[in-house]
Amino acid sequence: MKKFSWRGLSIIIFILVTAFYLAPLAIPNLPGWWSQHTLKLGLDLKGGMQILLEVDTSQLSAADARGAVDQNIKIIRERIDQFGVAEPSIQKLGEKRIMVQLPGVSDFQAAENLIKQTAMLEFKVVAQPDEARRILDTIDANITANIDKFPALNELDELDKQILAESDSLEQDSKSGVFNSLIRPGEMDYEVQYDSVRLIQNLMADSLFHQMIPAGWDLSLERAVSGAPREDRTLHVLSSAVQLSGNDLARAKVEYGSSTSTDPRIANKPYISIEMKREGARKFERVTADNVGKRLAIVLDDVVYSAPNIQERIGGGRAQITGRFTSAEANELAIVLNTGNLIAPIKPVSTSIIGATLGSDSIRSGSLAGMVGLAIVMLFMIFYYKLSGLITDLALIFNVGFVLAILTAFGGTLTLPGIAGIILTIGMAVDANVLVFERIREELDTGKTPRSAVDSGYKRATITVWDANITTLIAAAVLYQFGTGPIRGFAITLTIGIIGSMFCALVFVRSIFDTFVVTGTKKTLSI
Amino acid sequence: MRLLQNTNIPFVGVRKIAYVISAILILAGLIGLFARGLNWSIDFTSGVATKVNLLALDSNVAPIQIDELRSVLMNNGYPEAEIQHVGAEESSTFMIKLKSQQADDEVSADTKTRIIEIIRENFPEHVKGRDINTQVILEIYEVGPKVGGELRTQSLLAVCIALVLMIAYIWFRFELTFGLMAIVALAHDVIIIVGIFALTGKEISVQIIAALLTIVGYSINDTIVIFDRIREDLKAKRKEPLAQVINISINQTLSRTIITSGTTLITALALYFFGGAVLNDFAFAIVLGVIFGTYSSIFIASNLVIDFTKATHKEKQTAQHLSKRK
Repeated sequence: MKKFSWRGLSIIIFILVTAFYLAPLAIPNLPGWWSQHTLKLGLDLKGGMQILLEVDTSQLSAADARGAVDQNIKIIRERIDQFGVAEPSIQKLGEKRIMVQLPGVSDFQAAENLIKQTAMLEFKVVAQPDEARRILDTIDANITANIDKFPALNELDELDKQILAESDSLEQDSKSGVFNSLIRPGEMDYEVQYDSVRLIQNLMADSLFHQMIPAGWDLSLERAVSGAPREDRTLHVLSSAVQLSGNDLARAKVEYGSSTSTDPRIANKPYISIEMKREGARKFERVTADNVGKRLAIVLDDVVYSAPNIQERIGGGRAQITGRFTSAEANELAIVLNTGNLIAPIKPVSTSIIGATLGSDSIRSGSLAGMVGLAIVMLFMIFYYKLSGLITDLALIFNVGFVLAILTAFGGTLTLPGIAGIILTIGMAVDANVLVFERIREELDTGKTPRSAVDSGYKRATITVWDANITTLIAAAVLYQFGTGPIRGFAITLTIGIIGSMFCALVFVRSIFDTFVVTGTKKTLSI
Repeated sequence: MRLLQNTNIPFVGVRKIAYVISAILILAGLIGLFARGLNWSIDFTSGVATKVNLLALDSNVAPIQIDELRSVLMNNGYPEAEIQHVGAEESSTFMIKLKSQQADDEVSADTKTRIIEIIRENFPEHVKGRDINTQVILEIYEVGPKVGGELRTQSLLAVCIALVLMIAYIWFRFELTFGLMAIVALAHDVIIIVGIFALTGKEISVQIIAALLTIVGYSINDTIVIFDRIREDLKAKRKEPLAQVINISINQTLSRTIITSGTTLITALALYFFGGAVLNDFAFAIVLGVIFGTYSSIFIASNLVIDFTKATHKEKQTAQHLSKRK
């Protein structure tokens, strides 16, 4: 009867854990509680989209800022769930960053819009035509007086003056400044030509420009129709009072206008129908009653979606948002409206999109490199160390399995650099064994028996194995601390690989030696 | 079978030659660094990189030439675009890189959309019949300046932290001079490899930084095995001078050093030849790292200890100090 040994027990646990977590990769029909433990692949192997977002909390108080990131994460998660992405990952990174990973998503523009839209919904009354004219003229006059504060406009102004000076037939229009030259009256509102749109957008983002607008009024561009980047955009002058906001909204859903509808904005097209909460419906009724004959703009994130005419008082709290949507766009908008607005604006600071084919190519070439490396190293070990080399090879295979199993157990993901890490540990894993074997050979040279050569060889090499591996672990730990995503994956597989290889060499191989190879009084050792 | 049994190679004796070789390599590396600079990837510079497949379904459509693509991008406001073929020329797969240095801290949200529009508008025949998001655009990376800048600082910090921690560990386990000289040898490896990257114009990406840290960990591993033997041999040979003991120790561990480096080199080469384009530069850095790491462990690290202790007249003291450690 053999004595109980910790070493034997740890080997059994080692093998069982490895087998448990690797089984789902090999056997297809396992029960659910078992097969759910399967190795997750990183985006770089699976294909998909990753966005790193930063939450801009500069407009919030310190107390609100703390909750804002978490609140935003909640909203983003809801939007993504409704959008329908399998296994999305949304993580908070540091203080104000959010990492969103969407496996399998290829329409990155839609996904990006869905996530980053603040979705601040507002209903505002549109200025009457004469009012609008007066406001635009005031802005124009204010800008002309402060032209040096707007370098882009100043440049344009100088250019205009030059052209005027060169021409005799054109006369200087003293009444109208450079701002007015960028906009021209349209059918109902004002138009901005497509090549001036960027300039106007930049102006509207400038806080100095806002000081030029008379108090109580706002300027807003109408939404650009997707797929028509060269189209002119409509400019609206709105009263800044928010009549209704997203908080008054109960739900939004996509509907399709019937083909017989007389309204060309709705006929055969998708639109969003919204339903307001009880109080919202009251407000809506009051606003429509007070403003019959005027237009009510539906503004989302400072962009006007539609500005229908109020023909009569509207009760019941129902309204429609039209805006020449595609059905996908209408869908996203409904999701965004239903999940509510983000607490603080977010902006993407880095994005990566990886095609699915690229990922599977990477897996294929990564596995090939691993197999080739493993095969050559294994053959070499047998060639050089005979039976002892064969035992090492066994341990080596266990070690690769162990890395994958531990990665699965801790819910880690396998990335391409992670595969590289595993391949490299194949080369490094034999190191501990090589150290021990070389030492045993030296001991044998001094005339020791196999038994005592193995014992003293292990004894002496163990310290070296620890010293040498701890420094590599330090490098891996630093890598883990500093890296994100794939690089972390590399650090993790490297770390598990090193620990596994030490276990394999010092416990696993040693036990096989003790139990089978150098039992009793054997005179030779195949090494 | 045994290689390198009972060797007695005068590693310590030839150290001056090794120093000259290393000095030349480092000098070449530094010249490369200062003359050509490093080709930082968009991970660090920020910008957009996209891989596009412009192989038309219709085989009658003439394939796009790289110059054609370049002039189209230039005419649309991207004169700085770097364009390369990915894989065989016949595959019509291109990598387009726009490195930006703008101070704005936000990814210019529509740069990538613009690039796609430009391709769609200018090469309608080549994208016809394929989904632009999945079949034409194979991958896109976009990095904002803020993230890029942070990453550069972080990477430098990471390499430095790793080096300091290792000095501390070796100081604790061995002796301070050994720790410092090991780090000098490591810096030697890193400078040579970074220099080779500068000279060949290969990109320094996040992956390469990871490779450098792996090399740092790997190279020190070799050095420590030798130090470990020196420590052990010093205990047995208290009377012999440090230089002699060091030469014996390097020879005793030589077969192990060569075998381990060999197996690691094999796997790194497998990664280089079969691991695919994405891992190619990473594997290249590791291959270089294994070669120079092994070289510096054998020829530089321990030899520097000899010369440093000689210069400071602390040979005996250092040897005594080390032999007392367990």
